[in-house]
Amino acid sequence: MTLSKPPWDYAPAPESMKVDIAPEHGLFIDGAFRVARSGRMFATINPATEEPLSEVAEADAADVNDAVVAARKALKGWRKLPALERAKYLYRIARRIQERARELAVLETMDNGKPIRETRDEDVPLAAAHFFHHAGWCDKLRYALPTSTGADPQPIGVCAQVIPWNFPLLMAAWKIAPALACGNTVVLKPAETTPLTALRLAEILQEVDLPRGVVNIVTGAGATGRDLVQHADVDKVAFTGSTDVGRAIATAVAGTSKRLTLELGGKSPNIIFADAPIDQAVEGIVSAIWVNQGQVCCAGSRLLVEECIVDEVIDKLRHRMQSLRVGNPLDKNTDVGAINSRAQLERIEGFIRAGVSEGASHHEVSGATLPSRGFWCRPCFFTGVQPSHTIAREEIFGPVLAVMTFRTPEEAVVRANNTMYGLSAGIWTSSGSKAYEIARQIKAGVIWCNTFNQFDAAAPFGGYRESGFGREGGRAGLAAYLA
Amino acid sequence: MTDRAEVTKTWKLFINGAYPRSESGRVLPVHDVNDRSGGRAIAYAAHASRKDLRDAVEAARAAQDRWAASSGMLRGQILYRLAEILHGRRAELVEAVRLGGTLGRGKARLEVDLSLDRIVSFAGWCDKLESVVGGRNPVAGPYHCLSQVEAVGVVAVFAPQEHPLLGFLSLVLPALACGCTVVAIASPTEPVPALIVSEAAPSSDIPPGVLNLLTGTTEELAPVVAAHRDIDAVVAAVPPEVAKTLQLGVAENMKRVRLIDPNAAFMDEGAWTDPRAFGSVIEVKTTWHPVGL
Repeated sequence: MTLSKPPWDYAPAPESMKVDIAPEHGLFIDGAFRVARSGRMFATINPATEEPLSEVAEADAADVNDAVVAARKALKGWRKLPALERAKYLYRIARRIQERARELAVLETMDNGKPIRETRDEDVPLAAAHFFHHAGWCDKLRYALPTSTGADPQPIGVCAQVIPWNFPLLMAAWKIAPALACGNTVVLKPAETTPLTALRLAEILQEVDLPRGVVNIVTGAGATGRDLVQHADVDKVAFTGSTDVGRAIATAVAGTSKRLTLELGGKSPNIIFADAPIDQAVEGIVSAIWVNQGQVCCAGSRLLVEECIVDEVIDKLRHRMQSLRVGNPLDKNTDVGAINSRAQLERIEGFIRAGVSEGASHHEVSGATLPSRGFWCRPCFFTGVQPSHTIAREEIFGPVLAVMTFRTPEEAVVRANNTMYGLSAGIWTSSGSKAYEIARQIKAGVIWCNTFNQFDAAAPFGGYRESGFGREGGRAGLAAYLA
Repeated sequence: MTDRAEVTKTWKLFINGAYPRSESGRVLPVHDVNDRSGGRAIAYAAHASRKDLRDAVEAARAAQDRWAASSGMLRGQILYRLAEILHGRRAELVEAVRLGGTLGRGKARLEVDLSLDRIVSFAGWCDKLESVVGGRNPVAGPYHCLSQVEAVGVVAVFAPQEHPLLGFLSLVLPALACGCTVVAIASPTEPVPALIVSEAAPSSDIPPGVLNLLTGTTEELAPVVAAHRDIDAVVAAVPPEVAKTLQLGVAENMKRVRLIDPNAAFMDEGAWTDPRAFGSVIEVKTTWHPVGL
């Protein structure tokens, strides 16, 4: 197989839409934007250029309290609103996201670093679909979670929601839509490196006349999140992020009556059997580990290949990896964009060094020139990986794949389950009965058979074991927001 | 304006996304139901023949596979769009319901608002019915046994005489939401509100043939529906004598017949949007697949 570059190259195809970004962004509390009480601001930058995009208000405990008070005040009216009236607000939000889709996609790409192809085709449409889907649940909660009296199940109350930077708008939608559909009110804290699309969503909430206080958005870093989840008048905490922070939140919530759902890290296995359609499987490997620069909690970061086909798979994977275009995320031909922050890049580079020093073989995209500024990491994979290696055990959250082999289905299952996590798994085989049997044995909340990274508002998502608990999406996801 | 002649129209049928007159050339006068003198008609509508009905069933059959195969999310978006479009014709709908004569202006407004809400509610069912009704069956053997919900196919709907909008929609929406295609017969006495819906259907992206609407007489069309072998189910709010005619259709091709009391409380919110609404318009398909290495 040839690894040489094609004799031609892509012309630049930058997204042409320009998005206006205000130089300063306030907190969204009780239906209005305002500065932080302390007056403090922090910068959010474009990780592909390191240029600042805007200054954002940093909420302290007093600001968080204002937001919780607003959410509490709004709860009474919101939960009493006829269900179909709540539905209409959610439908309106979905429509406005659809109508402002391109703007949101460009803004997301600028603030996050992920390719415009992904924000345009995945993040933003899925976010709109999440509101659209949950709008329809508002008047059907009694069928989703029937109660002994036949009455509608009730909301939990004020929800504190803390979301990560890898899918900023989509995670906001995953958190806000079900909470609102069930009659809760919300205080949301976006990640400090990616606050802009959540604040643009706040504009949309104003446009659709969502009653004030139903959704409040406080920006800030870890301290703001801590103030929020520890606030005494919060009834429910929902967090998506690292397992370490998840533990800290669980500790903070212990001893209170707060309800908790956590969507945490993963080290998901992607299992390729010898009877799999190999070309499709290779595409699946690519999407599993290199979508969003691998900064995906359910990334298929451990590749388990049946031993007799490993050479063929590796050859094809190397060829396919070499064809990935790394660079300007706003270019429509880009496959792999910028890492979200310098801190994350350094973390990923640390793991790559550990992989090399512990004896695994490092294979990366060669030849590509990376931009001189910004945070870049070449897609790569490791062969010769042992289950005890750091890169086989720990969540890297980057475009780094650990390849291992197995000889029997039993060994594949043992290796797949040899992790503290349990978020997702991929199974590639042309035998349906084998796929179902392996799926049955794997301890993970989402199993993709002959596909990977499929998401839908109607399909529950969430983890087993230390990948957290609770589901988001579909009927099962509503349970997280009903008393 | 009194010295200006109005531009009036005769309402036409809605078949396969087009608006033909009846092939029979017949036209029905529509009267205010309170006008017992048989005086001046308030509107004219096409008088559908058995041939028109057969054409409509053919269109519905041709459209059904694709409509059922479209995602629930897409059907939901289309039905929600119908609500958006009809909201823009709200005043016209209220006036049409009022002119029919059974509801005063206040009740007519309520009829229209509840109708819009009902569409919104069923838009939400499109991608949720399966998660409420279907699921994996915990069978004793090593099988992945999944029961999923499918549309029954082509559904004929006889709208009730009264509640010409809300009654019509309450019967039609479950079928459309789950992926059936519909041949509906509008209220025989007050067809205009349903006809307005038919005019909004194409601009809501409802594909041709998915919703077909006929105006005519129940007595004439009921035996044709009952005998038609390519209609899979009937949902009808008709008087008892017509009901029996339709029930005899069960013996013809085992079509599912669901009868609804024509005097039912259509304005009762909630009663019409629960999963029972899908009773005769869905099939449950159970698929067995072995589990094992």
